[in-house]
Amino acid sequence: MKVLVPVKRVVDYNVKVRVKADGSGVETANVKMSMNPFDEIAVEEAVRLKEKGVAEEIVAVSCGPNAAQEQLRTALAMGADRGILVEHDGVLEPLAVAKLLKAIVGKEGPALVILGKQAIDDDMSATGQMLAALLGWGQGTFASRIEKEGDALKVTREVDGGLETVSVKLPAIVTADLRLNEPRYASLPNIMKARKKPIETVKPADLGVDVTPRLRVLKVEEPAKRQAGRKVGSVEELVAVLRNEAKVI
Amino acid sequence: MDFALTPQHEALQEAIGRICADLGDEYWLMRDRQGGFPTELHQALAKGGWLGVCMPEDVGGAGLGITEAALMMQTIAQSGAGMSGASAIHMNIFGLQPVVVFGTGEQKQRMLPPLIEGRERACFAVTEPNTGLDTTQLKTRAERRGGRYVVHGQKVWISTAQVAEKMLLLARTTPAEQARKRTEGLSLFYTDFDRSRIEVREIEKMGRKAVDSNQVFIDGLEIPLEDRIGEEGQGFRYILHGMNPERILIAAEAAGLGHLAVSRAAAYAKERVVFGRPIGQNQAIQHPLAECWMELEAARLMTMNAAWRYDSGLECGAQANAAKYLAAEAGFKACQQAVMTHGGFGYAKEYHVERYLRESMIPRIAPVSPQLILSFVAERVLGLPKSY
Repeated sequence: MKVLVPVKRVVDYNVKVRVKADGSGVETANVKMSMNPFDEIAVEEAVRLKEKGVAEEIVAVSCGPNAAQEQLRTALAMGADRGILVEHDGVLEPLAVAKLLKAIVGKEGPALVILGKQAIDDDMSATGQMLAALLGWGQGTFASRIEKEGDALKVTREVDGGLETVSVKLPAIVTADLRLNEPRYASLPNIMKARKKPIETVKPADLGVDVTPRLRVLKVEEPAKRQAGRKVGSVEELVAVLRNEAKVI
Repeated sequence: MDFALTPQHEALQEAIGRICADLGDEYWLMRDRQGGFPTELHQALAKGGWLGVCMPEDVGGAGLGITEAALMMQTIAQSGAGMSGASAIHMNIFGLQPVVVFGTGEQKQRMLPPLIEGRERACFAVTEPNTGLDTTQLKTRAERRGGRYVVHGQKVWISTAQVAEKMLLLARTTPAEQARKRTEGLSLFYTDFDRSRIEVREIEKMGRKAVDSNQVFIDGLEIPLEDRIGEEGQGFRYILHGMNPERILIAAEAAGLGHLAVSRAAAYAKERVVFGRPIGQNQAIQHPLAECWMELEAARLMTMNAAWRYDSGLECGAQANAAKYLAAEAGFKACQQAVMTHGGFGYAKEYHVERYLRESMIPRIAPVSPQLILSFVAERVLGLPKSY
């Protein structure tokens, strides 16, 4: 079967994010960008499926600026076979991305789409679910383990208080949780091979999708600075402070 | 002129950085205390195909250049591994260039893949106790007896000889007085490190305990004819092929080590509060570190320039030597400044910078002294009379 893996270009998880001076968003100029870590897990899972002989072809797709080709190259170096860039400068909301992906699914006809459970920049955790709804496919979200069983997929999900196992009929959507796997490091020969793998570029208009934002960002601000701690002399004083100042008891 | 790294270079740095991050500072602290070859790093790099970075593709390498190898070595040193990490693989990256260039097809297929796959490690047996940098005067004798050579002699400062399975050996096949030219009469071999005929004695040294340096005594080592690289008597010429890449790589390692020291010092200076403010707010702390950074960057750019020239097939002797000189001195100064920035804690092992300082002496001394580089530049670039 063919597996589609959408990957998102985000600010690297090691970077200390700064809010733009005008409060319109976060600073991304001259900031290290990487593949969303949950998407890396999704790519790894697809590659493992291919190594097991379950998947035949892995197509990585990214929606974003031209520079998102770098993230596609990373996916190709990890083992994806080819890439598709849906090129668009500017804001792409989850619904727009889900619509773009639906169009790509229509063209490519994959039996499985594996996405990261959320992107670390906006933490929306929405694209996978929206895509499932748009396609009318089953979904296994927050997957910590997946296994193919006939024409269905057994998906173990991490839920509060334990693990839930669901069976999803293919074609299906899976979103990857942290413990699904530990992504490999790209090897040098694979980085070399990735350079020769094809990346096709399309525009949202080519796919007939209107990506105009439907949300308006009012303000982005940094979390309030934490106050320094304070030492108190006795239990009595502590209780008094908690009651009168912090008002938590 | 384009100074930007390509996406491929960035991918390389990222991948190497991740492999190194798995080991971490505590690992290198322990290796420095206890000694023992950093097998974990060597094997992880071999598994990722990194040891073949500048080896030809037909033997399993990536066919990239010294530019990429230099970026890789800088990244390793800068990750916290320092010279303990870099020296563990340094030789395997470029040392077999003479085999790549002058070996037969059969030799390349036999010798290079095991090295790239990390199944074999090579040491580089050139330097001798009584000749130093005067390489043409090597004494170790390889006598031809029918289909083999028999070797007797002594080598010194042979890194990784405790663990190596193979050895690139330069030995005399024609006595010096009978050789047609000063630079002839030496032959190059790549052969098994036969410990029944070779005795290895480790040299206790100042730093880099993880990667052993040794005295090597060769007594009756037999080398089959098929392990000789190229023509008999031409070994010195062949070995020169690896010299500029070696200077470039060690320059990259020194710059990486220096940048590591500066970033650690800057992080400490930001956090350490004395007299009610971070010490890094004081110009006496800031300025020397800023100066170190600038010197390291200048040295790094000279290194990349030399690497680019080498990969473009241009003459690069002056640039490679200058890069090694500049990076070694800048690296040493940066490590020293990092210790001073830490004050008393800089002298404590758990802050790591004292190890960097000890290791920063290596690129200054090896593989050629700073003075000899100055003499080389004076003679070859400035056209002054030879001084030695």
